[in-house]
Amino acid sequence: MSELLLSAQGLQRSFGAVVAADNVCIDVKPGEMVSLIGSNGAGKTTFVNMVTGYVKPSAGTIRLSGEDITQLAPRDITRRGVARSFQIPQLWAQLTVLEHILVAATCTEGTLPFAKSGATPEKIAAAMALLERFGLGAMAQRRVVELPGGVRKLLDIAMALTGQPKLLVLDEPTSGVAAEEKFPMMETVMQAIASAPVAVLFVEHDMDIVERFAARVAAFYSGRVIADGLPADVLANEEVRRYVTGSGKPH
Amino acid sequence: MSGTPSKDARRTALVAGLGIGVALIAFGWVAPKWLVSLSMLALSLGLVSLGVLVLMRCGVVPFGQGLVYAAGGYAAALAFNKWGLTDALALSMLGALAGFLITLPFAPFLARYRGIFFAMLTLALSMVLYGVLMKSESMGGSDGFNVTRATIFGWRAPDAQAPAVLHTVVVLVTVVFGVLTRIYCDSARGLVSQAIRDNELRVEYLGVSVARVMITNLLIAGTLGGAGGALSILALGHIDPQFSYWTTSGEFVFVAILAGHHSVVALFASSFILELVRSYSSAYFPNMWQLALGVFLLLVIRFLPNGLGSLQARLTGKSEGAQR
Repeated sequence: MSELLLSAQGLQRSFGAVVAADNVCIDVKPGEMVSLIGSNGAGKTTFVNMVTGYVKPSAGTIRLSGEDITQLAPRDITRRGVARSFQIPQLWAQLTVLEHILVAATCTEGTLPFAKSGATPEKIAAAMALLERFGLGAMAQRRVVELPGGVRKLLDIAMALTGQPKLLVLDEPTSGVAAEEKFPMMETVMQAIASAPVAVLFVEHDMDIVERFAARVAAFYSGRVIADGLPADVLANEEVRRYVTGSGKPH
Repeated sequence: MSGTPSKDARRTALVAGLGIGVALIAFGWVAPKWLVSLSMLALSLGLVSLGVLVLMRCGVVPFGQGLVYAAGGYAAALAFNKWGLTDALALSMLGALAGFLITLPFAPFLARYRGIFFAMLTLALSMVLYGVLMKSESMGGSDGFNVTRATIFGWRAPDAQAPAVLHTVVVLVTVVFGVLTRIYCDSARGLVSQAIRDNELRVEYLGVSVARVMITNLLIAGTLGGAGGALSILALGHIDPQFSYWTTSGEFVFVAILAGHHSVVALFASSFILELVRSYSSAYFPNMWQLALGVFLLLVIRFLPNGLGSLQARLTGKSEGAQR
C-alpha cells in the first residue's frame, strides 16, 4: 500500500436523511491526475471535504502516504501535504495578489514570526515566480476585489501550491468561468503544476475538460462511486451516461 | 510595494516612533499643565485602544477592554499603596503583566467566538469585574484608591517639573509599545491576522491554527490594555470601578473606530482628539459632552468611513486598503 499517496476506504457520511457518502473507496497514486464527476448532490464535494478534513466521515478511513488522517483538523492535513482550492475562491478582500501569495507562503511554512516580516526580498521573488507561472505577475499589486472570477480562481490555486503539496484538491476549478476561458485556464494550471511532483484530485462538471486533463475518472452517483477508471472507459459506462453525463438512455 | 511589509517598514516605524517620541517629550516640557495632563491621559487611553486595534485587525471588536484596563490600573494602584512600589516604569510594566495575566485564562475561550458574541462576552467579563470591584472592600469599593506621585528610579520630581517628568515616562512607555505593535502588525503573524479578518477558513486551509493567532492577539491586547490602565492611574492619581464599566470600554472602541484599523499614529491622534472634544465639551456644554462626541463620530463615519488613518492614504494617493 505504500505506493499509494491517498487511500480512502469505506467512507460513510450522511446529512440527515441524505446519504452523501456510501462506502466510498478511492485511491490516488503520486502524481496522478484524477477527476471526480457526478451531478449536483452526488457526493463529490463531500468526498473532497472529508479528504481535506472539513467534514469527518462517520465510518471508513483516509490514509495519506500510509498515515491515518481521518480525524485530523484541516490545518493538520494541510501540514501533511494536502492543499485545496475552493469552488468559490476563498480570498482576502483587503490584500493584494502578491500579499495573498506571501501570506499563503508564510502560513505553509508553519511558523509565524512576531517581528520578522513575511515579505523578505527572497520571499517576494519566490512569490513573483509563482505568480508568473500562473500568468498573474502583472496583477501582483492589485487587490482581489478588482479581479475577474477566472483570475481569482487561478490565485486560489496558486495559493494552494505555496506549500509544495503532495496532493492538490481542486473543487470545480472552472465553475463560474466563461466557457471560452475554461480550457486556457486549465492549461495554465497544468503548466504551472507541471514541474511540481503533485497529484491532483479535481471536481469537474465539464466533460470536455475531464477528457482532456484527467488520467483517471471517478464517477459519483447518490453518494456512491459507480465507476472508476480511464476517462474513455468511465465516460462510456452506461450507468455514468445515464446518471452523470445525461447522455444515456433513461430507464 | 504598497501595503507590503518589509524591513523598510520596520525602520520607518522605529524612526517615526523615535521622532514622535522626542516631539511629544519636548511638548510635555513646554505645554501648559492642563494640556500635558490631557496628553498623558490620551496616550494612556490610546494604548488600550491600540489593543482594540490589534483585535479589530483580525476581525473582532471587544466591548470589554475595560477588564484589562482596570486590571492594569488596580494592579499598579495596589502595588503603589500596599507594597510601596512607586516607580512609574515598574508600575506600568506591572500593569501590562496584570493585563496579560487576566486575559490568559479567558483567551482560549474568547478565541472561539466572533461578531456580537465576542463583543458581548468581553463586555460580560468586564462587567463581572466591575461588580466584584464595587463590592470589594479591600479594593476600595465604589470609591477606589488614590495614588500619589510616582518616582522615577527612586527620584521624586519637584512639583513644578512633576507633570513633565511623568509625561516623559508615559510617552516612553507608549512609544515603545506603539512601535512594537507597529512591528507586530507588519510581521508575518500580523499579516496573517489581517487575513483572518477577511477569511479564516482559508487561513486554516493553509495550515495555520486561527485560534492560536486569536489567542496571541488577545494576549497582546490585554498587555497593552493593562499598561494603559497603569499609566492612566499615574496620570489621574485615582482609580475606581468605573475603569471596568461598559461605557469606558465603549470609549476604547470609539477611539479605534475614529482612527480606523490601519494606522497606529492615527489611533493616538484620535485618542487625543477624543480627550480634547471631551474636555471642551465638558467646559462649554456640561452634561452634554457625549452629544458632542456622538455628532463628531457621525461626521467621521460620514466623511471618513475608514477612520482618520485613511486621511494619510487619501493625501498620498495610496489605496486605503494598503494603508497601515
